[in-house]
Amino acid sequence: MDKIGLYLQYPFVRYALIVGVLIALCSSLLGVTLVLKRFSFIGDGLSHVAFGAMSIAAVLNLTNHMLLVLPITVLSAILLLRTGQNTKIKGDAAIAMISVGALAFGYLIMNIFSTSSNLSGDVCSTLFGSTSILTLSIWEVVLCIVLSLAVVVIFVLFYHKIFAVTFDESFAKATGIKADQYNLLIAVVIAVIIVLAMNLVGSLLISALVIFPALSAMRMFGSFRAVTICSAVLSVICAFLGIMISIVAGTPVGSTIVAVDVAAFAICYVIGRFGKKA
Amino acid sequence: MAIITAEHLTLGYDSQAIIKDLHFSVNAGDYLCIVGANGSGKSTLMKTLLSLQPPMSGTIRFGDGLKQNEIGYLPQQTVVQRDFPASVREIVLSGCQARCGLRPFYNKEEKALAEQNMERMSITHLADRCYRELSGGQQQRVLLARALCATRKVLLLDEPVSGLDPKVTAEMYQLIKDLNKEGITIIMISHDIDAALNYSSHILHIGEHIFFGTRDQYLHSKTRRMFLEEEKGGEA
Repeated sequence: MDKIGLYLQYPFVRYALIVGVLIALCSSLLGVTLVLKRFSFIGDGLSHVAFGAMSIAAVLNLTNHMLLVLPITVLSAILLLRTGQNTKIKGDAAIAMISVGALAFGYLIMNIFSTSSNLSGDVCSTLFGSTSILTLSIWEVVLCIVLSLAVVVIFVLFYHKIFAVTFDESFAKATGIKADQYNLLIAVVIAVIIVLAMNLVGSLLISALVIFPALSAMRMFGSFRAVTICSAVLSVICAFLGIMISIVAGTPVGSTIVAVDVAAFAICYVIGRFGKKA
Repeated sequence: MAIITAEHLTLGYDSQAIIKDLHFSVNAGDYLCIVGANGSGKSTLMKTLLSLQPPMSGTIRFGDGLKQNEIGYLPQQTVVQRDFPASVREIVLSGCQARCGLRPFYNKEEKALAEQNMERMSITHLADRCYRELSGGQQQRVLLARALCATRKVLLLDEPVSGLDPKVTAEMYQLIKDLNKEGITIIMISHDIDAALNYSSHILHIGEHIFFGTRDQYLHSKTRRMFLEEEKGGEA
């Protein structure tokens, strides 16, 4: 306890907590929709795209990586959710294609052009997030707060429409809801969340942030609203605990959060299993 | 005056026409059954009626105060829905979504409408239950209540009894018949030609030979005889 109190006096620890909790909240909100739309792996695919874009930005020596990474990721998200409705290449195959392709190109570009002496270290930290969450500047924290607020507000305002479009797209379209526009909105929001989340857990573990809270909540509840609220709460708690544990135990932030998420899933599974029988 | 009129309608995929030069019209209060073999274009016709897919040529006109988005639709169930965590009330309410426009939340009127339609389908006691835990017949009632929230005039039903057992099937048909008596126009796609003849007022038979007319005309039509012979031929 003393140790945590001591650490909380450092601003970078407080920043990490704020950013971590906000990202966990945002990613869990759309997680339910993604899991139900059979897009569980979109987090992984898009984060690899972001990784590829980031390596291009690094090679081009751009001062602000976000300017390149965000548009490319948003574009891929739109393409992916589009192909989901087209039957030529199914959603999972499209995601796998883009994901592997972007990862390979990113590494290739870094390998050929990189000026850094510690290449594998660079790659590792982009993929696994390493310690970047502990080196956030005040501007990054502000940016993250603004974008997270925007995501939450958009989600609340469009909650019922997202539900209608996720549950039954053809019914929604038939009754005159512009389903394509809402799919587009979902794609853009997801891309923003993923680019944000890369700072926290790195490319590889974003999927976990998106799907674990949603899956855990779905074990226990039967209504969309309860599942959404529960997954948001779970995700925030897990992120908070994960960051705390990683600080105290000196473990990597991203993997610790995911480990806590996995544990939460196991607990929810047991509760869902035996709670219903009782 | 007809509420839906189709003229010179040609439907198909990828520039390949399945149905050519189709004419039919639906009046308020009709009970139209669309029958035909698999692949004859029943679902394509349904999608076109719902404006999900444009016709290759020809027109569909909506008349008599019916707007395109005032059609209630009962789709076939998708895989996604089978394990979707949603309560019955949430699903029925989502039928009101089109009324909202850009307004983010439902108002009292829409909530009352949802309750009323759950009452109508006698599923009020299931309102807080999870959709995926319900039986097939109950799920169909939920989706029917949702469709009723979207319309007061016309219901399009896509194989509403597929996968239901005989008892529930009969209940479902009765339910649809009752809705028709209350003044709702029914357009139903069906495999089940016997049920179609039992309940409907008009028949649209699509396939190689197209027939459109009242049930009595259909009973004495060439199309039906040919269809019956084809079926017998297929079974033999």
